[in-house]
Amino acid sequence: MAKRPTKKNLKAMHLNMVRIRRFEETAGRMAENGKIPGALHLYVGEEAIAAGVMQHLSDEDQITSTHRGHGHLVAKGGEFKPMFAELFGRSTGYCGGKGGSMHVSNMKVGMLGANGIVGGGPPIAVGAAFSNKYRKTKNVAVAFFGDGASNEGSFHEAANMAALYKLPCLFVCENNGYGEYTPQANHQAVVDVADRASGYGMPGVIVDGMDVMAVYEAAGEAIDRARNGEGPTLLECKTYRFYDHVGVRGMGLTYRTDEELALWQARDPVSAFEKNLIDLKVMTQDEIDSVYAEVNAALDEAVDFAEQSPYPDPSVLLDDVYWVGGD
Amino acid sequence: MSEARESEPRSLSYLAAISEGVREVLLEQDNAFLAGEDVGQAGSVFGIYAGLFDEFGADRVIDTPISEKGIIGLGVGASATGCRPIVDIMFMDFMGECMDEITNQMAKMRFMFGGSVALPVTVTTMSGGGRNLAAQHSQSLEAWLAHLPGIKVVMPTNAYDVKGLIIAASRDNNPVFVVMNKMIVAMQAEVPEGAYEVEIGKASVVRQGTDFTIVTLGRMVYEALDAADQFKEQGLDIEVIDARSIQPFDTETVINSIKKTHRAMVVHEAVQFGGFGGEIVAQIQDLAFDYLDAPVARIGAPFSPVPFSPSLEDAYIPNAARIVEKVKEMLA
Ligand SMILES: Cc1ncc(C[n+]2csc(CCOP(=O)(O)OP(=O)(O)O)c2C)c(N)n1
Ligand SMILES: [Mg+2]
Repeated sequence: MAKRPTKKNLKAMHLNMVRIRRFEETAGRMAENGKIPGALHLYVGEEAIAAGVMQHLSDEDQITSTHRGHGHLVAKGGEFKPMFAELFGRSTGYCGGKGGSMHVSNMKVGMLGANGIVGGGPPIAVGAAFSNKYRKTKNVAVAFFGDGASNEGSFHEAANMAALYKLPCLFVCENNGYGEYTPQANHQAVVDVADRASGYGMPGVIVDGMDVMAVYEAAGEAIDRARNGEGPTLLECKTYRFYDHVGVRGMGLTYRTDEELALWQARDPVSAFEKNLIDLKVMTQDEIDSVYAEVNAALDEAVDFAEQSPYPDPSVLLDDVYWVGGD
Repeated sequence: MSEARESEPRSLSYLAAISEGVREVLLEQDNAFLAGEDVGQAGSVFGIYAGLFDEFGADRVIDTPISEKGIIGLGVGASATGCRPIVDIMFMDFMGECMDEITNQMAKMRFMFGGSVALPVTVTTMSGGGRNLAAQHSQSLEAWLAHLPGIKVVMPTNAYDVKGLIIAASRDNNPVFVVMNKMIVAMQAEVPEGAYEVEIGKASVVRQGTDFTIVTLGRMVYEALDAADQFKEQGLDIEVIDARSIQPFDTETVINSIKKTHRAMVVHEAVQFGGFGGEIVAQIQDLAFDYLDAPVARIGAPFSPVPFSPSLEDAYIPNAARIVEKVKEMLA
């Protein structure tokens, strides 16, 4: 039975979507100002997926993420300050500045890392799900991955093992229609990644990834199944990234049209949800405005914090290659 | 095979020389094609293959799925059956995804089949740090490859070499890895038009000297040249050798240099422990021990993954300052 979101759920999802949207917009601006080193893959346009799925998870449930991972961490309970500090390469970041955007993680909230390797996450989520079952917990592990990643062998091995062992696992494919600059039709012969589920003996479900309520309901059902020992699900969320593959404007390639972008932007998951919230009388425009004000203030503080934090001292370079004591 | 056509010397970037090399191959060999992630319209990272898709079309410049094992397999199977593929693994770090296809198929097939098959496949890939891309996009893993009997490995460091080595790799009837470097894509050099080869297995003495030999892999050659310049005023004349190829490795050029200079250092960007530098040092000790005035020094990265933060990455990657310091230590 599909679980309907409570008012509290709806507000929490909205807060997370705004937190992700504003985090990413801010990060994009910082990158363009040269304040963030390296590569930045932003999640703008795909917020409904992280927010909808994460609403069902506790800190003890785990997720694996992707190169486009900030949104997953934000929704999983990541805090702005150590996140920004990590993106800025500072010692106060979640990874002490050693990981950066592509490896930002926080084990305390069950976030097993953004990942620089496409398809890197699913096998690790299977391991976490196996551990959950082995340790007789009721926790689930969720792997987020892209349409492009669904062509890596790692995804297929992970899917087979999860189904075989009936693991408490959820595979969430964020199908944004492109792997880098290659459209889906040029990288796989299937239209729906969800079709691949049947090859492994698990249900494949397709959902509108721009609609957080739909994601919430579909993910809720799949996660209930997983918690009840009925095995994994492949949940495909159809979505779109509003920014380029890397950064905001990327390399300026013309691999997708302005019309296509405009079509998807018209379905902006954040504003669509806000309209819904007002129509349903869950929130007023004033309340929505104050969410933004609160989030923006927190972001300003986090950016200040990051900028004022020191870079890691080179003396820490060899730390944490191995465990040598402590926790 | 055609030699370089007479032409005005032109300056070309490393990046442009890559696509020109591949272009010559596609023009020369009907059975050659380029396949890899986003090599088509997007021209891959930094646009190293820009223009090829428009010129040769989707049949010969092929966007693949993100499936590295599949990509290497494509190269192995197609080269075993009459094609001359160039397959691209965007960043060398992603070789992890296809190491079985490389190790257990590509490298061994000819040997296991008693010489009844040839694999004229070229693999292009980008290596190295310096762009704050962190632990999974910055590695120098050439030692993995050099350790595998059956494949060749070259590491071009300038526009002239990268074009000539891509062409030589494609004409070679063995699997050849062309390990390129992402920090030098904008660097210019004089590059002739038309097809020419740079011999695989031949080092290049990029700076003549009489007092000290530095052997480098990849872009460390520029750090060594910088360091060598810093000793000029002190009257220490350093010879710098760009190994250019590590399998086969040009032992002779290195040994001849040491017979002249009696002191040597090996520099690479890869982690020092277990890196290819150890092999070079061992060869020198074997073949030129009597000529050495001091133990051969080695400089590589510390024993950790590549860190993200600029403050750490700067300390991590070997540079001219570290080379200078080490040379001084050796002379003290
Ligand atoms: C193993 C591996 N191969 C290639 C890459 C380069 N790369 C980074 S992101 C990306 C596209 C991923 O597409 P998708 O999975 O659809 O995720 P999206 O970027 O669309 O969110 C590629 C090819 C990589 N990081 N890792
Ligand atoms: Mg995608």
